Amino acid sequence: MFEILEKTALNPTVIKMVVDAPLIAKKAEPGQFIIFRATEDGERVPLTIADFDREKGTVTIIFQIVGRATMDLNTLNKGDRIHDFVGPLGVPSHVEGLKKVCVVGGGVGCAIAYPIAKKLHSLGCEVHSVVGFRNKDLLILEDEFRAASDKLVIMTDDGSYGEKGLVTAALERLITEGNQYDEVIAIGPLVMMKFVCAVTKKYNVKTVVSMNPIMIDGTGMCGGCRLTVGGETKFACVDGPDFDGHLVDFDEAMSRGTMYRDFEQKAREEGCNLLNKEVE
Amino acid sequence: MAQRNMSNEKCPMPSQDPKVRARNFNEVATGYTYDMAVGEARRCLNCKNKPCVSACPVAIDIPAFIERVANEDMEGAFEIISRSSALPAVCGRVCPQENQCEGKCVRGIKGESVGIGRLERFVADWHREHSSETPAMPQPNGHKVAIIGAGPSGLTAAGDLAKMGYKVTVYEALHTAGGVLVYGIPEFRLPKAIVQKEIDNLKAIGVDIETNMVIGKVLTVDELFDMGNEAVFIGSGAGLPRFMNIPGESLKGVYSANEYLTRVNLMKAYRPDSKTPIKKSSKVAVVGGGNVAMDAARSAMRLGADTVYIVYRRGMEELPARKEEVEHAMEEGIIFKTLNNPVEILGDENGFVRGIRCIEMELGEPDASGRRRPVEKPGSEFELEVDTVIMSIGTSPNPLIRSTTPGLETNRHGCIVTEGDNGLTSREGVYAGGDAVTGAATVILAMGAGKNAAKAIDEYIKSKNK
Repeated sequence: MFEILEKTALNPTVIKMVVDAPLIAKKAEPGQFIIFRATEDGERVPLTIADFDREKGTVTIIFQIVGRATMDLNTLNKGDRIHDFVGPLGVPSHVEGLKKVCVVGGGVGCAIAYPIAKKLHSLGCEVHSVVGFRNKDLLILEDEFRAASDKLVIMTDDGSYGEKGLVTAALERLITEGNQYDEVIAIGPLVMMKFVCAVTKKYNVKTVVSMNPIMIDGTGMCGGCRLTVGGETKFACVDGPDFDGHLVDFDEAMSRGTMYRDFEQKAREEGCNLLNKEVE
Repeated sequence: MAQRNMSNEKCPMPSQDPKVRARNFNEVATGYTYDMAVGEARRCLNCKNKPCVSACPVAIDIPAFIERVANEDMEGAFEIISRSSALPAVCGRVCPQENQCEGKCVRGIKGESVGIGRLERFVADWHREHSSETPAMPQPNGHKVAIIGAGPSGLTAAGDLAKMGYKVTVYEALHTAGGVLVYGIPEFRLPKAIVQKEIDNLKAIGVDIETNMVIGKVLTVDELFDMGNEAVFIGSGAGLPRFMNIPGESLKGVYSANEYLTRVNLMKAYRPDSKTPIKKSSKVAVVGGGNVAMDAARSAMRLGADTVYIVYRRGMEELPARKEEVEHAMEEGIIFKTLNNPVEILGDENGFVRGIRCIEMELGEPDASGRRRPVEKPGSEFELEVDTVIMSIGTSPNPLIRSTTPGLETNRHGCIVTEGDNGLTSREGVYAGGDAVTGAATVILAMGAGKNAAKAIDEYIKSKNK
């Protein structure tokens, strides 16, 4: 099990893997996540499920190479097996009964936003998608989003593709143009989700965000993934990962996300040479 | 008959020097020698009433195994223990014997009780080191049972059922079997190689252990029945850590004991080459007074902290941890700040912990638990300078199974409700035991529950198939 059936680089640092995991594929729903360990001594790291195929028994993950764990995962190739792959974890995204939704994705967060857009689209919901990247080279899943959206706006920070600017500008324009969304679903870097929520709060549009804090077990045991939501302690692994964005304490989540920055930095520096050798 | 040893004192347990062991993860207690074990066994009077047996949650025939040790028949002793306990090397190390078998020992009336736990450990270790025979594969009886959780209760139930001939599959959520024995209890109290050996023994008698399987998510309890299992045992363990709901608990450097110990034990963060990080702390406050708090404090010391406090709201007498663990912690230099309660965790400008503000407590009238209730002393607040805070104030049961199993009754704390001692839940064929039922308790109580449930499951399946 957990054999990598396909591996594709979507951009220089974002990798897509299709993994043989029939039991997980059978139960997975958009918004849920898996935890992987690339190797026997690897760290446990959560990744939201990017796609699944119940009939083929596959689960797709899309990840950005940011730290040692994702570097290690990237050393595995088609035909290799991921040592541990557990899921589907977390509560599925709420998609029932929505008539019109704006899905906002930022960077590799688009990998998670896409299955939700796809599911909503298949349920007959009107889907507007706003996706943002730093530049054209980092763009991922354009065709997929186009197929799953009634309207697609692509934003780049430098204007090298689509419109120049941030996703928040496009979202605010769509709202002020008169689009009345039942919900905005925002998935991307914490800072992006924070500012999307600031915009939607202004217009009083319900906003759901997908949180991706540091986790270990992912099953409701360690408490490492705790967040403050509406003044209460919540656990992303069993209460989330989706939360009402207007209630999430983003500043706290951003601070907690940097807990091991020094460790990661060191690991990246140590890992780089090794990595360069193995993937040319 | 071997010569009786009438010494009033237990043979002391050889152990690493406190100063040395406080900086390494090797086992603290190094174990009896052969001669020590035989000598200690000869202190047992082999009395008729056997109060020790009635105080053992799995009812090991203690005088019988000790007699074998006294007569230097170690394999015979192991065979007797194995009839009742699936994990003797574990229990000999982590059981609170002073409250169980040893607490009832007749020798304890005038002097010290017989060192039953130490002898159990010796016998299990002796067997592991000297016996090369693999356990015999039991005759299959054609029935299947699923066990959820490869911790003490699940492994015990699995072992007992497998010995009766059931085809047992254990589903474990983590990547390694063992439950709290591998993620919670540290290496220096329970070497993981010993746990692995006990698990290998279960595999050798046909128990199938599937890791990375979160029941409630990838499969439900109902699907386990659909797969041909005739009964299901839920031993999913304690769950989410509790926090105090005081300001500052989300600062960087605040851990739950579960997270801290999981990083150290399961993910081996104490090793320099570990890929899982843990904070390099210099001053640590552990909040709570149970065994888990002691484990966290002693782990922090071993990871290189120079000062480790236990902050506990009641007094030394009220510490819920085993006396031996408290003594070990004190020997290793852990500072006990009892009758103190945290009111706030203080952070620096970057969101890292810089201290903990506590208030002094005094003991007032007894509360519902019969213990004297701690009350704050007004105006007694003070700050301790620490860079790490570990919250060890208990857990609440894991929600994943109760939320996906229709008809499974739980109480207001989220613990699974069972009937009597046999672990039967509100669902036919579904049994439960361990922390999922009791809330956080001990390894041996969980094992006792697994044992009782295995017996009940066997009776249930037999009566159903009549």
